[in-house]
Amino acid sequence: MQRAYIPGFIARQPWGVILPLLALVLFGGAVLYSAAGGHLMPWALLHVLRFLVFLVMAMVISRIPQEWFKNAALPSYVMLCVLLVLVELIGRVGGGSQRWLNLGFMQLQPSELMKPGIVLVLAWFYSVLPPSEIRTGRAIAPAVLLLGLPAGLVMLQPDLGTGLAISFGAVVIMFLAGLPLWLFISGGAAVAVAAPLAFFTLLHDYQRKRVLVFLDPESDPLGSGYHITQSKIAIGSGGLFGKGFGQGSQSHLDYLPEAHTDFVFATMAEEWGMMGGLFVLTVFALVLRWGIAVALRAPDRFSRLLAAGMVTTIFFYVCINLMMVMGLAPVVGIPLPFVSHGGSSMMTNMLCIGTLMAVDRWSQRQDGTFR
Amino acid sequence: MRQTWTWPWSKPVRPLPVSGAQLTNSFERRTFVLGMAQAGVGMLLAGRLTWLAVAENAKYRAASESNRVNLTLIPPRRGWVIDRTGAALAANRADFRVDIVPDRVVDADATLGMLAGLLGLTADRVSDIKDKLEKARGFQPVEVASSLDWEKFAAVSVRLPELPGVIPQRGFSRYYPTGPAVGHLVGYVGPASAEDYEKEHNPLLITPGFKIGKDGLEKHFEERLRGVPGARRVEATAGGRVVRDLGTREDVPGKPIQLTIDAALQDYAARRIGLESGSVVVMDCATGDLLAMVSMPSFDPNSFADGIGRIEWKMLAEDDHVPLRNKVLRGLYPPGSTVKPMVALAFLEAGLDPEASVGCAGGLRVGNRVFHCWNHRGHGTTNMMKGIYQSCDVYFYHFAQQIGMDKIAAMARRLGLGQEFPMPYPGQSYGTVPDPAWKQRKYGKEWAIYDTVNATIGQGYMLVNPLQQAVMASRLASGLQLAPRLLMNHHAPAAPSLGIRQDHLDLIHAAMNEVVNGRGTAGKARLPVPGVQMAGKTGTAQVVGLNVGNGKGGLWKHRDHGHFICFAPFDKPRYACAVAIEHGGGSGAAYPIARDVMTFLFDRAKAMEVLEGYEKSWGGNVQQRMAARYNAYAAKFGATAPQAPDEAQAAEAVAADNTPVDQPTAPQTDAAPPAPEPEVTPAPAPAQSTAPAAAPSPAPAAAPVSAPAPGR
Repeated sequence: MQRAYIPGFIARQPWGVILPLLALVLFGGAVLYSAAGGHLMPWALLHVLRFLVFLVMAMVISRIPQEWFKNAALPSYVMLCVLLVLVELIGRVGGGSQRWLNLGFMQLQPSELMKPGIVLVLAWFYSVLPPSEIRTGRAIAPAVLLLGLPAGLVMLQPDLGTGLAISFGAVVIMFLAGLPLWLFISGGAAVAVAAPLAFFTLLHDYQRKRVLVFLDPESDPLGSGYHITQSKIAIGSGGLFGKGFGQGSQSHLDYLPEAHTDFVFATMAEEWGMMGGLFVLTVFALVLRWGIAVALRAPDRFSRLLAAGMVTTIFFYVCINLMMVMGLAPVVGIPLPFVSHGGSSMMTNMLCIGTLMAVDRWSQRQDGTFR
Repeated sequence: MRQTWTWPWSKPVRPLPVSGAQLTNSFERRTFVLGMAQAGVGMLLAGRLTWLAVAENAKYRAASESNRVNLTLIPPRRGWVIDRTGAALAANRADFRVDIVPDRVVDADATLGMLAGLLGLTADRVSDIKDKLEKARGFQPVEVASSLDWEKFAAVSVRLPELPGVIPQRGFSRYYPTGPAVGHLVGYVGPASAEDYEKEHNPLLITPGFKIGKDGLEKHFEERLRGVPGARRVEATAGGRVVRDLGTREDVPGKPIQLTIDAALQDYAARRIGLESGSVVVMDCATGDLLAMVSMPSFDPNSFADGIGRIEWKMLAEDDHVPLRNKVLRGLYPPGSTVKPMVALAFLEAGLDPEASVGCAGGLRVGNRVFHCWNHRGHGTTNMMKGIYQSCDVYFYHFAQQIGMDKIAAMARRLGLGQEFPMPYPGQSYGTVPDPAWKQRKYGKEWAIYDTVNATIGQGYMLVNPLQQAVMASRLASGLQLAPRLLMNHHAPAAPSLGIRQDHLDLIHAAMNEVVNGRGTAGKARLPVPGVQMAGKTGTAQVVGLNVGNGKGGLWKHRDHGHFICFAPFDKPRYACAVAIEHGGGSGAAYPIARDVMTFLFDRAKAMEVLEGYEKSWGGNVQQRMAARYNAYAAKFGATAPQAPDEAQAAEAVAADNTPVDQPTAPQTDAAPPAPEPEVTPAPAPAQSTAPAAAPSPAPAAAPVSAPAPGR
């Protein structure tokens, strides 16, 4: 081996994903450094440190045997559901929507953990389901139940973005598990019919407004449309190569809201231009491609579904966030993985990465043999 | 292997059960689809990014720049209005001010409460500001206070973070040094109204602290006075915090306008009118320059600039002396006997021998009515000279019938009565010089002989404004076709001659001199200036029929108007002056004012001495009296006074005050009797209350007993 002189532990790490991620996180750190007006604190330093901590966590996860994952699937799902109910109860008491539990040392957001959680439990479910049952109701009803409970609880909070993220991950697992196509086609049709109804009945006023404003941001340039408009201004004014590091007027003069969290891509694109944007897109493409490759060469049904689900979860984050900042989707509070400042989303995404790394290890160990 | 398609509801024979290998196969295919979908989304995002950053770059760059750079207009300093000597009638002074932009206020009550504490605002002032905040549209700044001292200004400035929407700034405000004296002359300024902004979408109009002309010259010469705003470019955050200065462009002050007015004289005349309601116009007999044009009582344009407060509005609205009306241009009065020199001049032009006499026995029978002379005892044999200086009505009744109204009306117009002079003020009233054609046109009635009789003594249909009276005085004095001039112009062509024979003028001048300095009706009007003799003519115009009041006492509204026209020196006229005092009870209210104003032109110290004596008994000068009155009102009504009107309503109210009261146009005057003239002569006046010299009665007898009411 060429790398014989490198210690085996290091050589075995999936550098194909760690290096792009490191580049992305460092780049994100630079953007956050600029957004803080040229200071490491309060965001940039914490951002990189967090990544390193969670990277260690991911490496630890990657060494967990597959059996542990399978055994933990249902119990962790149940625990997360209990936490969601708890959040709901405390939220009721506290008056208003609450998404997190205060554990004293950190704010735990169960709905955030539910994103990989639902993937894990569904992957487990379909791995234990006999292949012959895949076209029967037994393949659908339990899965719908497993999804419906947490998704319903999260939407009740109300947190539409996370609810959709959970549902999206679950639906993709069902799709990949081999459920009949007509289910998804008719389901898509049903959503197309039900969405307008839900829009007028289920959504909260502020959510409805966000959708309306998304359709016509200029209708409310100082209100809800402000976010979208300012974000587009930031991205558009950056041009090809941006205004230069530390020169983004939109973010520095506070015209861009949430410049270090949800709209960090706009902050970046203003200073680094289209080139910076393409760099971020490329890194995500690399990471996702690696994830899909991991899923495709995974040794068994559980790990395949698990890996594909984790990729999907990360993809959903990236896709919705970027569409939002570029004015292609309504404003929903979803951060950009590895770039936005924020512990919860970093943890979720690194859980996904860690799981993918674990799947990667399993496939390497078995060396392509199927069990 | 591909599954054959089956309808979900059909019950086909199930093929082979799905195997694990099939599922793996399907997983791979579907993962591929998923990967493609993700790649598709990636391409979509990259395309969108390119579109925003490249294709729409220019648009968004501009938007970002307009976000970043905040352009603040600096209101231009307004052009000064100066008098003929260069003294300021309207100037600017630097001041500290605080405005509120209603749109940005979060909690109006809390903000106002805090400001009231910081600035020491009174309760009524706070109520005024609240009214304005309610009415103001989002973009209009509302003035909280101006002319602040540094401490108060700083106190507000440091608390800005707690006071959203409050804008403290250093700027210039309009200042009228003589206040009420120039209220009607110069007008006033105020914040632009929503209507102004509709007309002229100029961001300057909604800049806090910017004022536009609202009335008078300030409004008429708005364009010239306004100037060009300066601008300050700053980089500011979304919250409005200034990050750095990008540059400042200085404002270009508006151009000044110089008036022919003499500021000192204007102020003196305003003060000298005292407690009366009236007007003084002084003209230069060589050029027509207006040296003073005063209408009192007036308002203080300084307080109008901030929008008028409720107490002040109540004060103005309840004043029966109509302080909002510019009486010089909008007050119409029957001129009374002041027309007599003019009528006499018409007689002379028509060839009447000045020595032609009539015997005045206290009245003249015209047709079947008796017209009385103001002096019921009669003037005896009266020629033209005596007719003027004794103001004998019978002389004029008699010869006017001979000469005819057309000739008199022509002379009246020639001397300026009924004429429109192009003055930079809206809504002037020009009055009437009646003649047969006019009456036919207006009322469709034949001219009657008593109409002539009435007109010759300045009653009946005859209506003039004080400016026209001043023009008449100046033309009589100079024989030139002078027109009133308000704007200083050193290159104006000299006025042409009226073409009146000098000997005719000399005779009139001598007669008018006799009025003051001889045996006439205004002996007390003699100037206390050695070597300067003033010539004049008194006039008393009846307001109500004698059946209502005698015109001398009783209800203020029922008293006669007092007039006096004059010029000095009589032999070499330099200044002409017209004084009109509403309900002064006769010309006795007018000529002392004319005398003192004229004195001021020749000997300021002497005139001031007299004025200060008067002001002691009046309770101070104009400002002091207004302040005292304000305090009385404030103590009485406080914040409970009704809301001050907004701009539009105020303008309406002013306009209403300015519509001429057409007192005698209602032809109650079939023969309004000449009111008693002088005080100088042994006063027969009181007798009139018992024996009204009123209306021409259809009494067949020539006896001076007549029916009390004008019969119709």
